[in-house]
Formats: sequence, C-alpha cells, structure tokens
Amino acid sequence: MKTNRAVRTPGGLSVRVDVRTLVVGTLLLLVALAASVVLIGTGDFPIPAADVVRTLLGEGDPGQEFIVTELRLPRVLVGLLVGASLGLAGALFQSISRNPLGSPDVLGLGQGATAGALVVIVLFSGTADQVALGALAGGLATGFAIYVLAWKRGVHGYRLVLVGIGVSAIVTAVNGYLLTKSDIVDAARAIVWMTGSLEGRDWDQVWPLLALCAVLVPLVLANSRGLRTMEMGDDVSYALGVRVERVRLVLMLSAVLLTASATAASGPVGFIALTAPQLARRLTRAPGPNLVPAMCMGAALLVGSDWISQRVFGAGQLPVGVVTGVLGGVYLLWLLVTERRAGRI
Amino acid sequence: MNRLSAEDVTLAYDQRVIAEQLSVEIPDNSFTVIVGPNACGKSTLLRALSRMLKPSRGRVLLDGQVIQSMPAKKVARTLGLLPQSSIAPDGITVADLVGRGRYPHQGILRQWSTEDERVVREAMARTGIADLGERHVDELSGGQRQRVWIAMALAQETPLLLLDEPTTYLDIQHQIDVLDLCAELHEEQGRTLVAVLHDLNHAARYATHLIALREGKVIAQGAPKEIVTAELVERVFGLSCQVIDDPETGTPLIVPAARRARTAVKRAAAGQDAGGRTEAKAGAREVS
Repeated sequence: MKTNRAVRTPGGLSVRVDVRTLVVGTLLLLVALAASVVLIGTGDFPIPAADVVRTLLGEGDPGQEFIVTELRLPRVLVGLLVGASLGLAGALFQSISRNPLGSPDVLGLGQGATAGALVVIVLFSGTADQVALGALAGGLATGFAIYVLAWKRGVHGYRLVLVGIGVSAIVTAVNGYLLTKSDIVDAARAIVWMTGSLEGRDWDQVWPLLALCAVLVPLVLANSRGLRTMEMGDDVSYALGVRVERVRLVLMLSAVLLTASATAASGPVGFIALTAPQLARRLTRAPGPNLVPAMCMGAALLVGSDWISQRVFGAGQLPVGVVTGVLGGVYLLWLLVTERRAGRI
Repeated sequence: MNRLSAEDVTLAYDQRVIAEQLSVEIPDNSFTVIVGPNACGKSTLLRALSRMLKPSRGRVLLDGQVIQSMPAKKVARTLGLLPQSSIAPDGITVADLVGRGRYPHQGILRQWSTEDERVVREAMARTGIADLGERHVDELSGGQRQRVWIAMALAQETPLLLLDEPTTYLDIQHQIDVLDLCAELHEEQGRTLVAVLHDLNHAARYATHLIALREGKVIAQGAPKEIVTAELVERVFGLSCQVIDDPETGTPLIVPAARRARTAVKRAAAGQDAGGRTEAKAGAREVS
C-alpha cells in the first residue's frame, strides 16, 4: 500500500503528502476541537454543544456568552495549546534522542520548571505570574544544563537520555527539599501547582502561549526535513548536507521553550509529551518524527483528560495532571510489554 | 588538478592525534581504495575527506575550495558518503529510504519532483532492489540492506562517492556483489569512488588506485600491480607473505606465509634486535 503522494505545480514546485498521515492528523484535530466544545459545555452550569458552537460564532445569548467566552473558553484554549506544545516537544525530543523514552518529562524539563516555580512560591511567596516566570526560567535553565552536560563532539541520543535522567533526579531532590522548607500554606499551593491543572486559567495565559506557538511551530516545521534525515544517524545526515548540530540546537531550544512555557501556563502535566508522539505514530504508521499528528494528539489527549476529570469527579475536583498521569502510566506499561514481546528490550 | 585532495592535514579526536601532515590526492575517475592495519587512520582519513572531521591543521580541498567553507548542500551534491553506521528508522520502506538520498536536491517547496522519482527508480534498479520498494528495511537480509544504503547514496547523484568499509558484516558472496557493483559504478558511470577496505586481496583486485597507510602516513600509493609487493605488505601490515598473480584477474594476490615460517622470522628478528627495542615492540603490536 503506497500512501505517499506528491502534489506538483507546473512551476516545478512539489509537496510530498502522506495521505494516511493527513487523514489521521485531520481526525485528531477534529477530535480535539469536538472535545473542546463538549468541555466548554461541561460544568456546574451545563450548556448543550449546539449552544456552545452558536455562542462561539457570536450568536448566543449574553448569559451564556459570559460563561463561554470569559470563563471556559480560555481554559480550554490553554488546554489545547499546552497539549499541542507538549505533544510537539515530546516528538522533537524523542526524535532527537532516537528513543521513545527521551521525552521532556523523563529528561527532567518538567521537574526543572517545577523547581523554578517552587523557588518563587516557597522562597518569595510570589504571585501567579511570577510563578509562571519562575517555571519558564527553571525549564530553560534545566534544558541548558542538559545540553551542556550531554555535549561531547555533538549531542547524541543515549547520552542525552542518561544525562537527562540524572538531571531529573537531582532536580526532583531539590524540589523535595524546597517543599520540606515551606510552610503549610505555600506547600499546599505548591502541591496543587505541581499536579498540573487548568483550573482558573484565563486569557492572560492564552496570549503568551499562542504568540510563542505562532513563532515556534513554523520554525520547527521548517527544520523538520532535517530532523527526519537525522533519524538515520549523524553521519548519513552530514553526508546528505544537513547541518546537524545547528538543526539540533534550534529544535532542542524550541522544544525546551515549548515545554517550559506550557508548564508555566498549566503546571507540569505529566505524560502527554511521552505518550502523544508514540500514539500518533502508531496511528499514522509513518516513519519520521510525525510532528503535526503528535501536536494534534497532544491537544486531543489533554482536553480529553480534562473532560474525563470533570465528568467523573466533578468540576474543580481533580486536576487534569492526575488523569494524564494515570493514562500515561498505563501507556508506559503497555509500551514496555509490547517492546519486550518484540524483543527490543 | 584533482577534484578531491587533503593538504598537510593533521587529524585528531580531541587530544588523540591520528595523523600528522598527511597529504593525499584522489585521482579523478579512479576507484581508489585505502588500506592499512587497524587504527592506521584510514577511516579517519575518509571522514576528513567527507568533511565529517575537521582537520586541526591543513585543509581538505574539493574543486579547489576548502570543503568546510562550502555550503553543506552544495558539497552534498558533489560528494556522497556511505558511512559505517547508519540507522534505518522504524517501519521505513526501501523506496522511502532511498528517496531520502535526494535531500540535497530538495527544498521546502521542492519536496518530490519527477526528477527525484526517476533518479530513485534508477538507483534501485542499478542496485538490484527494484522489487523491494514497498518492503520494510528491517525485514531485509544484511546483503540487501547494504544495497539499499548504497542505492540511497546513488540517489544523491554525486560524481564522487566515499564508502567506509562497505563490505563489513557481509558474507563472501555479498562482499563480492557489493564490490562488483562499485566497479560497475566506476566503469559505467565514470564516478570517482573512494573506499576503505579491510581485505587486501579485494583491494588489489578492484582498486585502480591504492593508498597504503600505516600509523597515519602514506607508505605507498599507485596502481595495485605496481605497488603491491611482499615487502610492502611486510612494511604496512607486518605480515610475511608471498605475492602471486591472481589466476582470475592477473592482479596481485597476497598469500600469507605459513605459521611456522612467520614464527621463525619473528624469533630471528627478536634475537637480532636486542639493541633495537622499538622494532621488536612494533612487531609485538602487530601480533595482537
């Protein structure tokens, strides 16, 4: 079965499209959007899906409009953006490290961002905005540390994963220390933040995340052909004319920024970055990093998890990070079992 | 002037120097084979020629320009490399993998032209894998897989092609297959080929130009018929042998001396060498 098609124009331009990937990506996007509509309608004041769509199109009644556009839409948008960012960052890191475990959660970027946030909460009792900035700084610093420590005539897959796991352990210890040092009020606040939640997110979180995605997503996609080549090894890529270290630096920096800013917006939502790319590629069955499907999968997973947590446990009861954690844990077990059956580990 | 050459290059990994002031010319339209004992720097030289390794001194010239200063894609349209280690991504098909060789000819808005399609088809036909297009690379045998990688390098359509030990891990039949293919590419398409080979007899049979390296220095270079002698093999590999004519091709054929003869030579060398310790040490290393 050949699903790879080329679309050509008379001017000599050509674009390559994998039909199955396109279909899977579109379906995942539709699922994410449909889940968003349902999620907006869910809560103490339920709104039917048709009314939600009507309100989003600007034809709803004023009461519903307030609930939809001011209270619930920004929260869902944050969910979509965080999910997409984490899915993309996970796909990038897994492809760069050539390892399905090389995702930002495993490498300690989430923990790094948490450390930044904890410093602000525990030592400075900062505001929510300051906490977000602290998380961003923590994530970037951790990403930088991993890159520098893993550098030896270039960054390679296994070293990246091993260094990342080491850094992750250290930062987790720091986080534990910060928590024991904090008073009970700060500690409670820190714990809620650390679980990862979309509760109370508004437009102030949407805009910076949207702006960042608007810059980074095109940048990443422009470099994706180089990344695809790099999966065949650095030597082959050099031989084919890919500027390996530059592409890797640009993509890793983008992935770190995406992870850190997503974490700053919602707290460390676990396992999306780990699972979304793998699930996406199992659906597309296409080799390569599958960046766009991973993004759509991440968005769908996060919004879907948020809906589950609200539906099953009631609004505001269970942070979304708990649900993604459970889903991710099940997925990880499944991955280990199938890889083992296939004789790869 | 030849298209590819290294001028006075010093090659080193971090602090470990592999070769100093090494100069090598690759004759145009030749099938050049680099031979030498383990760790003599032959793969390192190939890495330097293909700009994977930047010389710490000296320069590698491609068409008269310093190779590092040229745009990466431009080099990749002139010079191809089949490295020793490459990874087939999970679940990739043969046609897809070979198609990736077209990377240096493509851009964001020129992802898959009819030209790309034609070249890939030709590369697959030439390497005898035309029927395997939709098969997954991980299902193939070692010999088939090596053909796929060679096809990818061919799809790159470079006048110069460098191969780093293309016959390693293959059984004898597939080794000869791959070498025959290389000879065809050289003869029929006029490509300049540079290969690192372990087997001296293969090198002597297929090469039009042979470069013998030892400890980072060129010991001899030229047509195999002119340079391959028992003395050269002794000097480069530290192996006593006879060189006879290959009954099939008339090229030099190396027949290692019997074990008893070699031990006798070594004992004599050790006895006579009480004063010249260095040479005895060199002898010991060659045994290990």
